[in-house]
Amino acid sequence: MVGVIRKLGKWGLGTFERLGRGHIFLYHVLTGIPAVLARFGLLVQQMLSVGVLSLLIIVVSGVFVGMVLGLQGYNTLVDFGAEQSLGVVVALSLVRELGPVVAALLFAGRAGSALTAEIGLMKSTEQLSGMEMMAVDPIKRVIAPRFLAGFISLPILATIFTAVGVIGGYFVGVGLLGVDDGAFWSQMQAKVDFYEDIMNGVIKSIVFGFVVTWIAVFEGYDCVPTSEGVSGATTRTVVHSSLAILGLDFVLTALMFGNI
Amino acid sequence: MFCLVDSNNNSDDVLVRIRDLHFSRGVRKIFNGVDLDIRRGKVTAIMGPSGTGKTTLLRLIGGQLRPDQGSIEVNGLEVPKLNVSKLYELRKRIGMLFQSGALLTDISVFDNVAFPIREHTNMPPSMVRDMVLMKLESVGLRNARDLMPSELSGGMARRVALARAIALDPMMILYDEPFTGQDPISMGVIVQLIRLLNDALGLTSIVVSHDVQETATIADDIYVLSEGRVVGHGTPQELAATDSDWVKQFMQGLPDGPVPFHYPGTQYADDLLAGSEQGRDM
Amino acid sequence: MHNSKTVEIIVGLFVALGIAALFMLAMKVSNLSTFSGDNGYVINARFENIGGLKVRSPVTVAGVRVGRISDINFDNSTYEAVVSMSIDGSYNTLPTDTSASIFTAGLLGEQYVALEPGGAEKYLQQGGEVRLTQSAIVLEQVIGQFLYSQAEGGDK
Repeated sequence: MVGVIRKLGKWGLGTFERLGRGHIFLYHVLTGIPAVLARFGLLVQQMLSVGVLSLLIIVVSGVFVGMVLGLQGYNTLVDFGAEQSLGVVVALSLVRELGPVVAALLFAGRAGSALTAEIGLMKSTEQLSGMEMMAVDPIKRVIAPRFLAGFISLPILATIFTAVGVIGGYFVGVGLLGVDDGAFWSQMQAKVDFYEDIMNGVIKSIVFGFVVTWIAVFEGYDCVPTSEGVSGATTRTVVHSSLAILGLDFVLTALMFGNI
Repeated sequence: MFCLVDSNNNSDDVLVRIRDLHFSRGVRKIFNGVDLDIRRGKVTAIMGPSGTGKTTLLRLIGGQLRPDQGSIEVNGLEVPKLNVSKLYELRKRIGMLFQSGALLTDISVFDNVAFPIREHTNMPPSMVRDMVLMKLESVGLRNARDLMPSELSGGMARRVALARAIALDPMMILYDEPFTGQDPISMGVIVQLIRLLNDALGLTSIVVSHDVQETATIADDIYVLSEGRVVGHGTPQELAATDSDWVKQFMQGLPDGPVPFHYPGTQYADDLLAGSEQGRDM
Repeated sequence: MHNSKTVEIIVGLFVALGIAALFMLAMKVSNLSTFSGDNGYVINARFENIGGLKVRSPVTVAGVRVGRISDINFDNSTYEAVVSMSIDGSYNTLPTDTSASIFTAGLLGEQYVALEPGGAEKYLQQGGEVRLTQSAIVLEQVIGQFLYSQAEGGDK
């Protein structure tokens, strides 16, 4: 019995320790950001590998999600004779929820795990240590550019996801299922508000970008420098990021849309 | 910045002075009162069996770790007491060669050697190019400058790392197990390079190794560490003629001696008898 | 040496794509293009029952959207609902005897305020009040009235 409590206590303390380390780490990264802005080339290079290379999965998923929304939305609305409101359903679902959340989940899986693996590998081959001994701060040189790149890229990707999704819904609804073209867009424009819906969605994706990139970069930096350690860290990045995204989504939704 | 001549003009003969060093990792006491003197301009070897904390010693000298007790003086500066910016200033004057080379894998050999130059100086690209080619030439790899680290053999990677370590003309170079896992030719190359560069550039070199034969050929001074203390100190000739059993076993590579061959425990005869008794009782 | 120019161009295109997506969302998906002006004026109307009217519901004249509900309050002394409407500045020729009614868009749709212009010569200004109002039709009341009148008619 005592053994169980001791184990629990150890686990609890370990979790707090990790939490604390993560926040101290975040502070170091944030103080290193001005240095990144001075060396813009580093940031641009990272945005290529983190953002641009995620574009394919984002666009393809966006199109399919939009198309499915169009199909399922139509099937449900047609029972109420309200299928002309399909545009509203597709747009609001994507803009408010699916765009930011699904894009963030895909990002965590593709770019987040890649960041963790890359940094973890650099740690286990002593490259980070070597940089330190050459009097170059690895946090400023390696971590901060990647953090900033992820933070900027996710909102862009989420917006692209949403836009492409709406187009996908349009093709299915208007192209295949016969919803009226004018009704699709006009109803949507009447019900989707720029500040309340679209900007809130963008704010969500900014928050997700911050958290997902932070987790990915920290897990890589903090991992045990063996091959097992790196693979464990990569898994943790995807799992923790996904949980954080979904949890934060609820909190943000309640804050933003709870009163309407 | 970098300089070829030590502008401190410290006429002190000793570059690194370690006194009463204590350091533990968890419950294990790694250093239990260690005194070391690294003389300027000489190649000093630090040897001992695996796990005695030789790499830890290099990290303590470089300021990556802080000792529990004791003083570490490099060129007159107390390393554990330096703040971050002063520590970084000191590190610019120390080069370190890691066991695995620790090259940055996403950039070419040329860029790896140019890395410290570009990070810490504002030299124009043409000057950077000249310096990099000079350093690569001194390790014999000038024509390999466009290769990527993944295309290099282990020995070549270490030579590139060595070129990178001397890029800013440091006053001291730390070598972490430079001979481990090398074929005879690469080994011979590295051994010669360490000695040549030390003398040609007026460096101070600290070589951490457990390869007695190779190290003894180039070292001016040898310290033998075991169980957290210095158990032997002197020139290679002095240590070869030593009285200490321990040092003798280490230097000559004898399988048994103060460091036993058999894992400690019961006696062989007792163990066998105990087993046959159990067998009879069954 | 990286081909940094290519990299920069590609990343620049990426960012531009994101901005274009945001633009597309703003223009085609949301109501930004139809109503973004802050150059409107606010007028009030009092209703006995606003039904399901919400803030941001549309305000129309002759079926054309001219503004939206900006605020809904309750008057403690007269027990009436006070609805504030923000009208776009370009529609500033509403006579002072305009009437406001609450209608429902479609059978199950949302409710909105329809203004019918009167014939007065003065126009409504900022802070003006629409005096003639017709409250929302509450379905239960209508059904109740219908049943009641049926019962009455049946008796006779």
